[in-house]
Amino acid sequence: MIFEKILSIHPYSLDKEEKEKLLTGRLLKITKLHQEKCLEYARILESIHFDADKVNSYTDLPFLPVRLFKELELRSVSKEDVVKTMTSSGTTGQAVSKIYLDRTTSSNQQKTMVKIVSEFTGSCRMPMIIIDCPSVVKNRTMFSARGAGILGFSIFGSTKIYAFDDDMKLDVEGVKKFLDKFQGQKILLFGFTFMIWQHFYKELLRLEKDGITFDLSNGILIHGGGWKKLVSEMIDPEEFHKKLKDVCGLENIHDYYGMVEQTGCIYMECEYGHLHASIFSDVITRRPIDFSECDIGERGIIQVVSTIPESYPGHSLLTEDEGTILGIDNCPCGRKGKYFKINGRLKNAEIRGCSDTYADKFKS
Amino acid sequence: MQTNLNRDVLRKAIYLTGSVDLAARLPFISAKVPFNDMVVDFLNDVSKVLMGNRAAKTYSDVITFAFWIRKSSILKLKERFEKKDEAFYLGKGIAFHIAPSNVPVNFAYSLVAGLLNGNANIVRVSSKDFAQVEIIVDAVNCVLEQHTEMKPYIILVRYERDKDINDLFSSIADIRVVWGGNNTIEELRKSPLPPRSVEITFSDRYSLAVINADSYLEIEDKERVAEDFYNDTFFSDQNACTSPRIVIWTGNQIEKAKKIFWDTEHKLVKKKYAFQAIQGVNKLTKSCLIAVVEPGVKVEEHPDNLIVRVIVPEINDCLMDYQENSGYFYEYDCKDIQEIRELCNDKRCQTIAYIGDSKVVLPLIEAGVKGIDRVVPMGKTMDFDLVWDGYNLPALLTRTIVLA
Repeated sequence: MIFEKILSIHPYSLDKEEKEKLLTGRLLKITKLHQEKCLEYARILESIHFDADKVNSYTDLPFLPVRLFKELELRSVSKEDVVKTMTSSGTTGQAVSKIYLDRTTSSNQQKTMVKIVSEFTGSCRMPMIIIDCPSVVKNRTMFSARGAGILGFSIFGSTKIYAFDDDMKLDVEGVKKFLDKFQGQKILLFGFTFMIWQHFYKELLRLEKDGITFDLSNGILIHGGGWKKLVSEMIDPEEFHKKLKDVCGLENIHDYYGMVEQTGCIYMECEYGHLHASIFSDVITRRPIDFSECDIGERGIIQVVSTIPESYPGHSLLTEDEGTILGIDNCPCGRKGKYFKINGRLKNAEIRGCSDTYADKFKS
Repeated sequence: MQTNLNRDVLRKAIYLTGSVDLAARLPFISAKVPFNDMVVDFLNDVSKVLMGNRAAKTYSDVITFAFWIRKSSILKLKERFEKKDEAFYLGKGIAFHIAPSNVPVNFAYSLVAGLLNGNANIVRVSSKDFAQVEIIVDAVNCVLEQHTEMKPYIILVRYERDKDINDLFSSIADIRVVWGGNNTIEELRKSPLPPRSVEITFSDRYSLAVINADSYLEIEDKERVAEDFYNDTFFSDQNACTSPRIVIWTGNQIEKAKKIFWDTEHKLVKKKYAFQAIQGVNKLTKSCLIAVVEPGVKVEEHPDNLIVRVIVPEINDCLMDYQENSGYFYEYDCKDIQEIRELCNDKRCQTIAYIGDSKVVLPLIEAGVKGIDRVVPMGKTMDFDLVWDGYNLPALLTRTIVLA
């Protein structure tokens, strides 16, 4: 199965059996491709006695822990063919993932993203407000996850404006003017969940008290990046939606789940609050004790598979997120495929032993 | 010697035992003769309190400690370590101990080593809330009320990152005992010691197991061996410096022995070990990394993530840069003990837990390897002794006075 063929299929149209067949064929093919092209990957497969003939389903394929991309440079193309290197947004001092893209993989990421997102926004481009600051995307050869997300979604914008200046201050005048200019039109808003809450919502709330209000009832907001920081502020998705509606009338809101290691294959949240897997990718939840596949409704570690990566062996990854598959092919929104929710990150282990936790305190 | 201690700094610590006043008086306290009756009786009473404490019974490490400080046990140590030559021995003076944060009872062993050898002690105790720490501290405080003469010799403190306090205690220390990893040692070395003072550092180490397959197969009680190995590894999340990271197999019936050994161990671990979800991911990550850097390694098939074994085709010096804990083992089939020389010639190599004959590693030691401080039967890796990590503590904690 070549990728172009998958692109020609409606992203949420295949049922379980059809999708399994498609994914198994494509993923087995790129497993073999990486085995051939990436020495490190081949060694890992060798160490676990991988035998492609024994693979009956894509769920049988080996998965690499996502952290491996922080420790190793994994590439299935020559250095010269790399057109983009994406990095995860680790906090200062942490190792970052490095993902190497060639022209094909990079372009397939973009095409996939368009196919998926259009399902939620329509295929027309819209005036777009990026709820972030312009400096995030300055360096075009090294893309951070934030920058990559913004650039990825920018294809959906006809005219674009950044909502913040580089000090993360809301550009009240600019946004006001932008909204006036495109009054009555559907507006796309994009940003990271925490930024939206911290620097956008809170600022709108403050301005409201001064009598300055914004009407975003025509807006469609897509946001991602996770809820970790909001959990500590006791904000859940329901609260997030309600508060945004209250402050600016914004109602059409979609969270998404995705990661820099599998850019393009994002999992969009539907009208019923469920994250959906498209035909380009899938999520498998696994039991921590033995990595066996969880049942529907059972919480487990999330494995993600993607049909896109050809330039790096990241087509089957074990994340450090926990999630729950809620159902397959039967979401009330009508989209086929698995739908799921994220439960959060795996906890760091509490480990005994003669370790250095005393000195670790000095570093933070 | 500095005698006027800055009380503002002293007040920054929390005193579990002792007080700012007692800490300020430390420079004026006399050293004692090693194994003197005052200390032996005191420890015996602490042991009694611990043995009689119902809460203590649920902590095997507390009970082991309580046994170790009984009079009969201490007198055996005295027998072994008391010098019978013409010289006169006295404690060095003040011992400043930094206990590791993740081994609850370790501070107590360090304290006892200091006390038995005639020193006054300041011990920085782990800031984690371990029940074991509370139980032992309570017992010590309770017994001190009957042995008030011991009060000046035991100061137990807690404090977070604080160079001022490290500086102050270091400035009066005759000996500094630093447990914990290399980072802690580096941090403490920023606080100078007086010119004549010495330091004992317990740095990051690794340990191994050497099992003679034939000897193992002869042992009747395989469950007992599984318990022993569990205590050496899983009990401390395989993260103590004494926990074997690699199993070296010798003898003829290696495959047969491996199968029984790991099956029995797995049953026990499944029953006893509190598995944490991230541990499986960590082990997978490490096994992938070693597969990349060491071509030819084989990950043994495992029914679950409790025990992950990676068979290495050869021993080299970078293997121990890829350690993982909580049930992650390298394994090597060894025909000639010289094959593991690289592992043992590393200064980080500490304990060898063996099944079979301890003399199996003697050729390496005789050949002058830079590692290996202890060769002990499997199950005994955590047993504390006054000779530890290659250091003869009684010799280091005392002063030898020549009376000619």
